[in-house]
Amino acid sequence: MPLVYYALQQVINALSIGSLYALMAVGLAMVFGILRLINFAHGDMMMIAAYIAAFALGAKLPLPVAVVIMLGGTVAVGMLTERVAYRPLRGAPDVALLLSSFGVGQVLQNGTLLVTRLMQKPILIAFPAPEVLSGAVALGPLTVSRLNIVSLSAGVVLLVGLTLFVTRTTLGLSMRASAEDLVAARLVGIKINRVVTSAFQIAAALAAVAGLLFAVQAGQINPYMGFTPVLKAFIAAVIGGFGSIAGAVLGGFVLGALEVLLTALPGLGDLLPPGPVADFFKTFLPSSLTSYRDAFVFVALILMLLLRPNGILGKDERET
Amino acid sequence: MKINHSRLWSWLVAILILAVVLALLQASGQAFWQGIVINVGIFIILTVSLNLSNGFTGVFSLGQIGFMALGAYGSAILTLPLREKAEYLPRLPAWLAGVHFDFFVGPFPLGFMLATLIAALLVALVALLVGLVLMRLSGHFVAVATLGFLVIVRVILFNADDFTRGSRTFSNVTPYTDLWWVWVWAVLAIYVVWRIKFSSFGRTMFAQREDRAAAQAIGIATMPPRLLAFVVSAFFTAVAGSLYAHFITSFSPTVFYFDLTFRVVTMLVLGGMGSVSGSVIGVLLVMALAEILRRIEDVNQLYGLSGVVLAVIFILIIVFRREGLLGSREIPFDRLWQKGGANQSAVISEQ
Repeated sequence: MPLVYYALQQVINALSIGSLYALMAVGLAMVFGILRLINFAHGDMMMIAAYIAAFALGAKLPLPVAVVIMLGGTVAVGMLTERVAYRPLRGAPDVALLLSSFGVGQVLQNGTLLVTRLMQKPILIAFPAPEVLSGAVALGPLTVSRLNIVSLSAGVVLLVGLTLFVTRTTLGLSMRASAEDLVAARLVGIKINRVVTSAFQIAAALAAVAGLLFAVQAGQINPYMGFTPVLKAFIAAVIGGFGSIAGAVLGGFVLGALEVLLTALPGLGDLLPPGPVADFFKTFLPSSLTSYRDAFVFVALILMLLLRPNGILGKDERET
Repeated sequence: MKINHSRLWSWLVAILILAVVLALLQASGQAFWQGIVINVGIFIILTVSLNLSNGFTGVFSLGQIGFMALGAYGSAILTLPLREKAEYLPRLPAWLAGVHFDFFVGPFPLGFMLATLIAALLVALVALLVGLVLMRLSGHFVAVATLGFLVIVRVILFNADDFTRGSRTFSNVTPYTDLWWVWVWAVLAIYVVWRIKFSSFGRTMFAQREDRAAAQAIGIATMPPRLLAFVVSAFFTAVAGSLYAHFITSFSPTVFYFDLTFRVVTMLVLGGMGSVSGSVIGVLLVMALAEILRRIEDVNQLYGLSGVVLAVIFILIIVFRREGLLGSREIPFDRLWQKGGANQSAVISEQ
């Protein structure tokens, strides 16, 4: 029954893409929870990580070394942006923070462009995919790409680790306390700057992992590659409830499933045996609809913001 | 309403000076400078109307460039002559394929004017529908939702091949746009936005921006002023799109995306959210700086340099001078001829 395999394949795709979105959305949600900043430059953290990894792997460094360099570099950039562009704006209106993150994004994108230019590299770089991440393995009757397996397991491991961190460690608990009520957290002696810095570090590290996996998947990188993923991560975070870590994870997987559904359903008419069912799909969900996927996803975002602005798991807070 | 003659005269004198400058520029035949001044005019329309929707009301929309794209494509489809239409857009539906707004009355391209107006009115209608939904949100959620609108417009433009040629360049647009078209529209946009600012509607916009609860408490509804600002802003943004389309004559959906959004937002924030004259100054400063940086960039092949410098300046403004150069104040050029005008401080608030 090939249709079952088709469905299973799609489920694996959904889980794998969902875990990438979840990794990105969690970073956004952590920072948003504490600072009420929608960090638009988060996608560019991903891009920076992909570039560092590309240069490290291009210099024939082994994968573990390249990953360590990538994590270190991205975390450093994340901390720097927080220190320079967000910390001076503590207590400023939300829009000022948002705009500042736009500026940071532009600096990172154009800075990367400038650096590749100075290094005499082309704008579009082919990503040197490491051996472990390329190719596919056979799982019974299914062939699953190694990348999907790694994405899913990296996502699960990191997200479980993060959950343990925010529920079992002092720093994690103070992070959640700050997200709950920044003033009260400060009153009980939590050092806010330390909490914010760690949130940015964790967010940057998660974005770095997502960036590496995303770059392998895309096969090439450019300075603007972070734009669409960060928008998707917003949607994931909004679906789950902005500011909630569990919500962001859930939102990531829901978005992954939604996207795969929007891609797979319109193509179904061509796969099904000829008959009324196939005709129905061909008439109402032609495969040409697939290219409108992103539009549908954003319509879903706007509907979500209107109908349930606190998301599936978001805390109930009155917006002005 | 009492007509304030000295103000009326100030406007007329300012327009006259502008007309003389434009006529001299036209006569000089300097194509480079004419191009720059046309671009300045288009960006003034964009920034002033963005100021109306974002600055006055405080509802930060990032989707305005989507309206520009719709205005550009809409008017370009309308003005395309029949022969080009058959060649480049062969699959247009019949009701649109026969339309060609390329007629003149004497030397005056009436068709272009009508196409611009029709496209802008349709875009204003779209803005009304979108605004009814999105203006309910506030804070950063508006920013994200309107950014979603920008993405939706882009996806549609890329996929509606029959109308837009999709990702292929939309070209062979007749170059109607010249100094006069741009600046007549720019002056009109400035005038309308200026009048809105000092009307009772404008005051309600500022009131609900400053303190929504207090504004509601004294009986100011939030939606009408927000919606008015959004729709009028979309109208002028679409006009700018039409002017831009008939200036560069070939374009693709990528032109109307985040880079342009960020450029206009930079001009707005530099000038001051809420200040019309600030927007004009913001456009002039950013355009001048961008042009100088572009020269350096081209000579040294340092692509990305201008983007970095402009974005760093943007962050510095946000951090150190969030209200921009003028905040919500205006340079009261229309009072310079008033009695005692010269004795007043150069920058005063009319609020």
